[in-house]
Amino acid sequence: MSVVWKLFIAFLRIGLFSIGGGYAIIPSIQEQVVEKTGWISEKMFTDIITISQMTPGPLAVNTSTFVGLQIGGIAGALAATIGCVLCGVIISLGLYRFFQTHRQSAYVLEVLNGLKSASLGLIISAAFTIILLALYGSRDPGADLTAVNMTALLIFGVMLFVLRRWKINPIIIMVISGIAGLIFYG
Amino acid sequence: MKRSIKTYAWLLAVNLFISAFTFGGGYVVVPMVRRFFVVKKRCFSEEELVDMAAIAQSTPGAIAINLSALAGYRTAGTAGAVISCVAAIIPPLVILAFVSAFYKMFVSNAVVAAVLKGMEAGVAALMVDLIMDMCVLIVKRRSVFYTAMIPLAFIANFVLGINVAVILLVCCFLCILQVVYRKRKEK
Repeated sequence: MSVVWKLFIAFLRIGLFSIGGGYAIIPSIQEQVVEKTGWISEKMFTDIITISQMTPGPLAVNTSTFVGLQIGGIAGALAATIGCVLCGVIISLGLYRFFQTHRQSAYVLEVLNGLKSASLGLIISAAFTIILLALYGSRDPGADLTAVNMTALLIFGVMLFVLRRWKINPIIIMVISGIAGLIFYG
Repeated sequence: MKRSIKTYAWLLAVNLFISAFTFGGGYVVVPMVRRFFVVKKRCFSEEELVDMAAIAQSTPGAIAINLSALAGYRTAGTAGAVISCVAAIIPPLVILAFVSAFYKMFVSNAVVAAVLKGMEAGVAALMVDLIMDMCVLIVKRRSVFYTAMIPLAFIANFVLGINVAVILLVCCFLCILQVVYRKRKEK
């Protein structure tokens, strides 16, 4: 079995069994490529996560792409990335069509309503993590809540105000906050 | 035919763009999809976006890609879904192929670190903005059950660290129970 094919199968499994997006997928990628197969060393994997967070694109896609690149070049990157996203995309589309065609069923409609609320709760959970990382530089700020990064708080506050007031393009927000980072931290 | 080619081209461009500006986790894709698909092009409603986000999150894999696929599918069918997915994985592939050649230099670069630190705060603002609007959508339905589920899911995940799959399964179970209970009462 060629390495590209092995990568595809490994990432197909990773994509199928990890629910909850990027941060949920990383542990299963680690299990497959570091612990099980030894394709990548522990140290290298930590570097890969860092780079994946620093470069644009969804975290799960970046990590798969980078791991694939390291093991099997461009073909490996494609195999790993497609493997990682394939099952999720097919299941999403299937579920979407299912919900569309069975809207008249009270059960289906209520389950979808419930999933909307629950997933909003999960988005808030992810947002909390992002806010803590942005304002405190750590997911667990500890007891000292006054140790907030004032510059980050300022950028956050201004951007939020601008968004609420004018509903501007998210990409402009990303560009402006990036430039602000360069000015204040650079 | 001409119009559909135009739609495909738009999907390709918009997904390339969104993917290239996704920093700090796939969730940022939700406000981006809202901006381009809901506000600008009116391909579907805000309500439908919430449906799609819920489905994208309740299935395995990358949330951002699942959502891109759904938005593409809703706009232009299966071909739209395929085009959107392909477009979403191209920027990471190109950028990483480039970065991996000299990643040690990239990681220790002060300019990159400063820009990313600034963007972190920007992403946080985008998320809060999105959450405020989505909460309004759910709360205005005046259902105690569905409103209460938002903080419950949050606490279960953030405070108690319960697995996402477990939370979603319990949620489905509660919804079904609720319908069964209501139907019994009606009888």
